[in-house]
Amino acid sequence: MPAKVLIVDDEKDFLDIMAERLDARDMDVFTATSAEEALKMVLKESYDAVIMDFMMPEMDGFTALKLFKETRPDLPIILLTANVPEEKRIEAIKLGAMDVIEKPADLNLLTQKIEEAKTLKIKREYDE
Amino acid sequence: MGQKPDIITETGLQFFSRISASISHELKNVLAIVNENAGLLDDFTLMADRGNPIDPARLKIMAAAVKRQVGRADEIIKNMNRFAHSIDQTTSTVDLEQMFELFIALTARFAAMQGVRVDLKLPASPLKIATAPYYLMNLLWLCLDFSMSASGDEKRVELVVEETENSVRIRYRRLAGIREALLETFPSDREKILLAVLEAVLTAEPDREEVVLRLSKNIGEV
Repeated sequence: MPAKVLIVDDEKDFLDIMAERLDARDMDVFTATSAEEALKMVLKESYDAVIMDFMMPEMDGFTALKLFKETRPDLPIILLTANVPEEKRIEAIKLGAMDVIEKPADLNLLTQKIEEAKTLKIKREYDE
Repeated sequence: MGQKPDIITETGLQFFSRISASISHELKNVLAIVNENAGLLDDFTLMADRGNPIDPARLKIMAAAVKRQVGRADEIIKNMNRFAHSIDQTTSTVDLEQMFELFIALTARFAAMQGVRVDLKLPASPLKIATAPYYLMNLLWLCLDFSMSASGDEKRVELVVEETENSVRIRYRRLAGIREALLETFPSDREKILLAVLEAVLTAEPDREEVVLRLSKNIGEV
C-alpha cells in the first residue's frame, strides 16, 4: 500500500511541486495550505506522515505541533523549515516531531523519513 | 563583555538582524521552490531515459514557475540592498512614499506570520523630509510591532501618513485591542531614544484606538 502523506505549506508553488514529486514516487499525497486546514484533515482521516512547514502565517510551528500531537499523539510529523536554530530543532523533537529537515530539502532523505514513519505505524498497529 | 552597547546601537542592531533573518528565510523559501523544480526536471529526465517522452507544456509551466521565483528573489534582494544602504548616511532627505513602500515590503512577512493585515494610506502629493532614515524605519517597526499586538480580534492595522503644517503625522489606526495591550511598557527606552534622535513625539490614544507618531520635517545633525 502506498504511504499516505499530508503536506502542509503556505507556499502554494512549493506545495504543488512537492506533491507531484511524492506522487510520482507512488505515494498517496494530500495537501493543505495552513495548519488549521491540516488539523481538520487529520481529525477526519488517518495519515502515515505529515510534512509541515515550521513557519506558516497565523500559527507558529510549536503551537501547530502541540495541537497535532494533542489530536493524534502517534502521528509522525516531519517539519520542514527554511532556517532553524539548533535549540528550536531540539525543542521540536522534544515536543514530538519525528524530524526537522532544512529547506531546500533532500527528497531522498524526505522519502526515507516517510517510509520510516509508515513502518512505525504498521509496527504500532501490529503490536496493538 | 567589557563595555555594554548603548541602547540605540543595540536597538539598531536588533532591528537589522531581525530584518536580515526574515530576508534569509524568504530567500530560502525561494531556493526550496527552485530546488524542487530542478528535482522535477531530474525526475522527467529519468523517465525520458526509460522511454516516457517529456511533455513540453509541463516544461513550460516549470520554466514560468522558476522565472516567477527569480523575480521574487530579485525583489527581495533589491529591498535588502535599499535597506542596507539606508544607514549609509545618518541623515538624509527621503521620499516618504518610497520609504514606506520599502518598510511595508520588509515587514510584510512579520504581519503575515501574525495574521495581521496592514493597510498603508499615503498623502496624495509627494512628501520629502530630512530625517535619519534607518532610525525612522526602526521606530516605525517598533510602533508597528506594538500596533499588531494591539490590533485585537480585527487583526488589522491602518497606517496613515499625513502632512501637517510643521510635521508629518503617522497614525497607526484601528487598534481594537489597544486597551488590553500593555500600554505601560510602550513606549519603552528603545522607542524613547529613537524619538529623541528623530525629534519626534509619540502618543497613544486609546479612545481613538490609535497610536500617533509626529515627526519633524527637518531634523538637525545627529
